Amino acid sequence: MSKINFTLNGKTVQVDVDGQMPLLWVLRDHLDMTGTKYGCGIGMCGACTVHLNGSATRSCLLPVSAVAGAEIKTIEGLDPTGNHPLQKAWIEHDVPQCGYCQSGQLMSAAALLQENPKPSEEDIEAAMYGNICRCGTYNRIKSAIKTAAESSK
Amino acid sequence: MISSIKRRSFLKVGATIGGGFVLGFSFAGDNQILLAGAGIKEDWKNINAYLSINPSGKITIMSVNPEIGQNIKTAFPMIIADELDADWKDVIVEQAPLDTKNFQRQTAGGSQSIRYSFETLRKAGATARQMLVNAAAETWGISPAECKTALGKVMHGDKVATYGQLAEKASQMAVPSDIKLKEIKDFHIIGSSQKNVDIDKIVTGKQSFGIDTKKEGMVYASIKRPDAFGQKIESIDDADARAISGVVDVIRFGDKVAVLAKDTWTAMKAKQALKINYTFEGSPESTSAINASLSEMLSKPGNIKRNEGDVDAAFAAADVIVEKIYEAPFLPHNCMEPMNFYADVKADSAYLEGPIQTPEGTRRGLVELLGVPEDKITLMLTRMGGGFGRRLYGDFVREAAEISKLAGKPVQMIYTRSDDMTAGIYRPAVKYKFRAAVKGGKMTAYHLIGASVNTANCTRENFFPAGAVDNYKVEAHELKSPVSVGAWRAPVTNFLACAEQSFLDEVAEACKKDPVDFRLELLAHADTKKESVKMDYVPMRFANAIKIAAEKSNWYDKTPDEYKGFSAYFSHNSYAVEVAHIKKIDGNPALDKVTCVIDCGIVINPLSAMNQLEGGVVDGIGHAMYGDITIENGKPNQTNFDSYRLIRMSEAPKVVSYFIPSTEHPTGLGEPALPPAGGALANALFRATGKRLYKQPFVNDLTI
Repeated sequence: MSKINFTLNGKTVQVDVDGQMPLLWVLRDHLDMTGTKYGCGIGMCGACTVHLNGSATRSCLLPVSAVAGAEIKTIEGLDPTGNHPLQKAWIEHDVPQCGYCQSGQLMSAAALLQENPKPSEEDIEAAMYGNICRCGTYNRIKSAIKTAAESSK
Repeated sequence: MISSIKRRSFLKVGATIGGGFVLGFSFAGDNQILLAGAGIKEDWKNINAYLSINPSGKITIMSVNPEIGQNIKTAFPMIIADELDADWKDVIVEQAPLDTKNFQRQTAGGSQSIRYSFETLRKAGATARQMLVNAAAETWGISPAECKTALGKVMHGDKVATYGQLAEKASQMAVPSDIKLKEIKDFHIIGSSQKNVDIDKIVTGKQSFGIDTKKEGMVYASIKRPDAFGQKIESIDDADARAISGVVDVIRFGDKVAVLAKDTWTAMKAKQALKINYTFEGSPESTSAINASLSEMLSKPGNIKRNEGDVDAAFAAADVIVEKIYEAPFLPHNCMEPMNFYADVKADSAYLEGPIQTPEGTRRGLVELLGVPEDKITLMLTRMGGGFGRRLYGDFVREAAEISKLAGKPVQMIYTRSDDMTAGIYRPAVKYKFRAAVKGGKMTAYHLIGASVNTANCTRENFFPAGAVDNYKVEAHELKSPVSVGAWRAPVTNFLACAEQSFLDEVAEACKKDPVDFRLELLAHADTKKESVKMDYVPMRFANAIKIAAEKSNWYDKTPDEYKGFSAYFSHNSYAVEVAHIKKIDGNPALDKVTCVIDCGIVINPLSAMNQLEGGVVDGIGHAMYGDITIENGKPNQTNFDSYRLIRMSEAPKVVSYFIPSTEHPTGLGEPALPPAGGALANALFRATGKRLYKQPFVNDLTI
């Protein structure tokens, strides 16, 4: 067990856990932040996507010891009031079916727009390739990202 | 560190009155949504089991059936609210627990929820509306017939009372036994596009799924199941697992071993430290052996499902015989939320909570296992991260309940992705042999033999082309195997439709007919037989959908560099017609879009209905292209998304959907768009490449 400090959605947190524990499980089981989802545990589905110092990162593979001193943003911190352009676009396009993968989809999309405010269709497809939606809402996700990019001009 | 989780409870106060309706339960506890701007909880007045109203006119409607992504949690309340004449803006939706006294068929499966419950939900809304009207009429001293309702108000002349003002009195009125349902033309919410009622929570990460359940005193459980189908435990060494800090217990039950720990990761990690020796019962199963057995079956007569006319004579007289074999592998469901369930089993009661498509049957199945009577088992439903048929099976609920009982603790049991993908209950592997006799440019006989694993009914003998061909025979074989199988989104038809629609494309070619004209001719013939021959579909309704799809897809237009494939299926009581449009990019075929036309009767919520079509098409294309589980030595080769391929954004086609306007009773939409997709793709690929595809996944034979 080791004490690890990091910034979570703008607030400093300290956890006392095995440093090898992936950030995903620290968030979910130890910090009660269950918006970040478990999907595969090997970084292949994107359900667990968070931002590590602003970059989209799979939290299921990231040992918590590696985030000491870092800034982590989860879906709960994207905009708790739901006013992020992507959240508004997700609502406008009524994107979700089951909704389970959408936290990860939103966090991947948010990192994309941060780096590339006007992504092309190909840019969107490349950035979102790592996020699986089993319900097949891909077209709506893509449309929502385009809408959010337009609205942020 | 487990925080105390706030929990809502229901307090039953009602009794059965009058026409079978029940004055339901009242809300107790501390529900956040109900309290948000909606007054204090005591103010909520139950009008019936489905709805309650508070003085400010807010209406809480219980969504009765499990939500797996089919958007029933929005659609069901819309139906009630419409007959209630409510303003949709005033409606708050809550998920109902399993409640067999007040509700019927709380099941998500078979695209049946709307089809089955439409009338019941309408009556629930209409009955409540009448009680509100009766309350107003009594107050005003007039006849109820003189009152009108609209958008949450009862009106008479210049008198107006809101539902909020009338709720208390209405809740005490007798339940009317004869109520009038609306004319379809008067629907004001049904047929309007309404957003998913949970969307605000989903996009902010606040939506809770079963896997997020956390309660006081709970431990997490991860289960080690046999590596291979047919294995039994010979010996266990759990010393290393128990030595890991945070492990609470290791419990064997049957041929499974559960590791209980203080958090999920520790439970999953400690499971890997178990040393278990297994032995096989019987010989290990393999895909190659299964395929050989299924092929052998196709060459033998099967169980005759239907036999009309003289098939043998028609084949003997044929100009051309078309004979093709189609095959598909096992498929896992791969819900994004892995199987999980919370169970707190005590000596004389049990509390369970989690994602299950069949709560009623699952609870009944726990009575014997737990030794607790059914009415002492509470089952709460959570929003589910997908279902696809996997959550029809209560196996994982039983596991959680058994572990909790043995451990004497509340347990949250969670599958790893690998557990989820390798535990079975797959879409059964299947092969079909189709034969058609062609004479004088017409199909004169049709003969289908199916062979599937642990599935006796792998055909749909009363679907098209039953009745469309006078000489018609369908047979089926079942191959027994230790590999467990079950319903997978659009059971049987998820591949049967692909095979059949690919085959009919070849038969049309042999008849030298356009695929659409060929189908319309067959349906015209079926229409002449509809009184005399059994068929589950209505030929002219099907033909209408086909004609509209031909028009919407510009089927008859020959666009340069566009290759179209047609597929039409009577699909889980809807009529689904799809056209795949392929373009060539640098000489390689690429699926650009799929036109999807559907007749599902009345559409409740076009916005989400369209989402179901888009998803169903993408799912159908994805699994036809990539889905594959192979088995060697009894063990699935694919264990996670590195070795198992699911369709991703860049591979998903655009979907152009169209609903045929209708006043027919609504069917469902969870399944119908999926079955025709594979056939549309295969037929379009043939036009683009000249190559016919007979075996899923197509990616093994062709890449697009």
